[in-house]
Amino acid sequence: MFAHAFVRNAYLAGTFIALACGIVGWFVVLRAQLFAGDALTHVAFVGAIAAAVLGYTELVGLFVLTLAVAVGMGALGRHGQADDAAIGIVFAWILGLGVLLLAILATSASGGSGVTLAHTLFGSIYSLTPGGSRLAAGIAVAVALAVLVAVRPLLLATLDGELASARGIPIRALGIGFLAVLAVVTAESTQAVGALLLLGLLAAPAGAAQRLTASPYGGLALSALLAVLAMWGGLALSYQIASLPPSSAIIGLAGAAYGAATLYARAREG
Amino acid sequence: MSTRLSLDPISDLRELFAFPFMVNALEAGTIVAVLAAVVGWYMVLRRQTFAGHTLSVMAFPGAAGAALVGLPTGLGYYVACGGAALFMRRARGSARRSYGTETATIATVQVVGLAAGYLFLSLGNAVLGGTETLLFGTFLGVSRTQVLALLIVAAVAVTLVAVSARPLLLETIDPEAARARGLPVAILDTGFLLVLAAAVAATSQITGALLVFALLVAPAAAAQQLTMRPGIGLVLSVVFALLIVWLGLGIAYFSIYPVGFYVTSIAFALFLAARLVRSIRTRRRAR
Repeated sequence: MFAHAFVRNAYLAGTFIALACGIVGWFVVLRAQLFAGDALTHVAFVGAIAAAVLGYTELVGLFVLTLAVAVGMGALGRHGQADDAAIGIVFAWILGLGVLLLAILATSASGGSGVTLAHTLFGSIYSLTPGGSRLAAGIAVAVALAVLVAVRPLLLATLDGELASARGIPIRALGIGFLAVLAVVTAESTQAVGALLLLGLLAAPAGAAQRLTASPYGGLALSALLAVLAMWGGLALSYQIASLPPSSAIIGLAGAAYGAATLYARAREG
Repeated sequence: MSTRLSLDPISDLRELFAFPFMVNALEAGTIVAVLAAVVGWYMVLRRQTFAGHTLSVMAFPGAAGAALVGLPTGLGYYVACGGAALFMRRARGSARRSYGTETATIATVQVVGLAAGYLFLSLGNAVLGGTETLLFGTFLGVSRTQVLALLIVAAVAVTLVAVSARPLLLETIDPEAARARGLPVAILDTGFLLVLAAAVAATSQITGALLVFALLVAPAAAAQQLTMRPGIGLVLSVVFALLIVWLGLGIAYFSIYPVGFYVTSIAFALFLAARLVRSIRTRRRAR
């Protein structure tokens, strides 16, 4: 199957996106910010539609809108986090804007709103271009490195905010920065796995890792490993079974890993 | 909708009620507004917004699955939402609400549901236009039987909440105290999730899976910005929800753009206004 260029592109982009999602997702779960991540994935989807309406490339719309909303949510909330009612309302409104933009897109000359919708919602990893997959891989590596560089202060700020600020760590800036990183991951992964299914790569491997180990570095590594394995397995499965969409296969495997980890943790507790 | 606004309120109103589809939409919207406002008030107080969102997303696999096996769509909504609610409750076990691993469970349930829905769609070869309706709703395509079904679900759900209003409030604010008083904490918790699931399933048939929050969160959150007293807060929440639905439907009728946009925008504006009022109030009190 690696004889096909589209499979190689998918594996290149997918591996590094999964790696970045696994690492960032571990912190997202630890900071209980999955709802913010969820909101950002929906925002990303509206960003893609907005770009289509305004005639920019999709990537620009994705990055601009997700970054703006992430920084806004972080700045509005206390400690650089956002409370969930505010998140819910903001993202409902942005989705409302998305409906408006879809209506405009449907009546405009370019048309094709249904295709744009399905594409940004569920992704099309098998239609990535060689350049697109290299770009995605590059951004993912940069994101993973950014988190790993800040791993110690971020860990301390997450686990014990007061101790962190006593040591002079700028918690608020770190919180906003982390949301910005999350926005970059979201924007970039939306192209590959789709806005709605991206959340699975953030949540399931990280959740599984936290059920299995309490050690931070072991957990980070395990989370990244599980994400990459789910990506590889899902891509292979959907290549073999034609009617199985790649996003569904990847998320199915990640969800199964989370379920298995939960059952294992429960059995160990007795 | 390409009807012109004549700026004469009486003839405009008469025109609004002239078409059966508009009457159905207004009736369904009113029922859903009351239901969502009451259940949403507790949901926001219990910090279960993320769970609520996940339940609303379950409408998608529910509808896609029902279409695949040939069952009515509405039934698929309720089965998928109720099933997800029970699953989330079981998976959480005795862990605290809105805690890191709980959000991981909720998110995983959500994406697995979505992935399943996408799979059902691709298996059933359904058209994409259906997806858009599922996600963004059809305010203006509501039938008489749907209105009746909504009325029954809403009546049952609101009655359940009304009957257990006080114990549920105590369980929400202080689970330990509720347990000490001998309240059935686990039943209240599970029961509320199921009522939330029913409310979400009902609301998302009208607003679509993605716009449920305009009615479920915004009125309740706005009310809680203004008052923390339960009775007045609940009434205020219902009033806000009705305002959002009626204004949204009314404006959308005279405009070419979708109802969802107006409903969410009015909801957002209302929440911002409530926040503004609260910050002015606290500043005045501080003086």
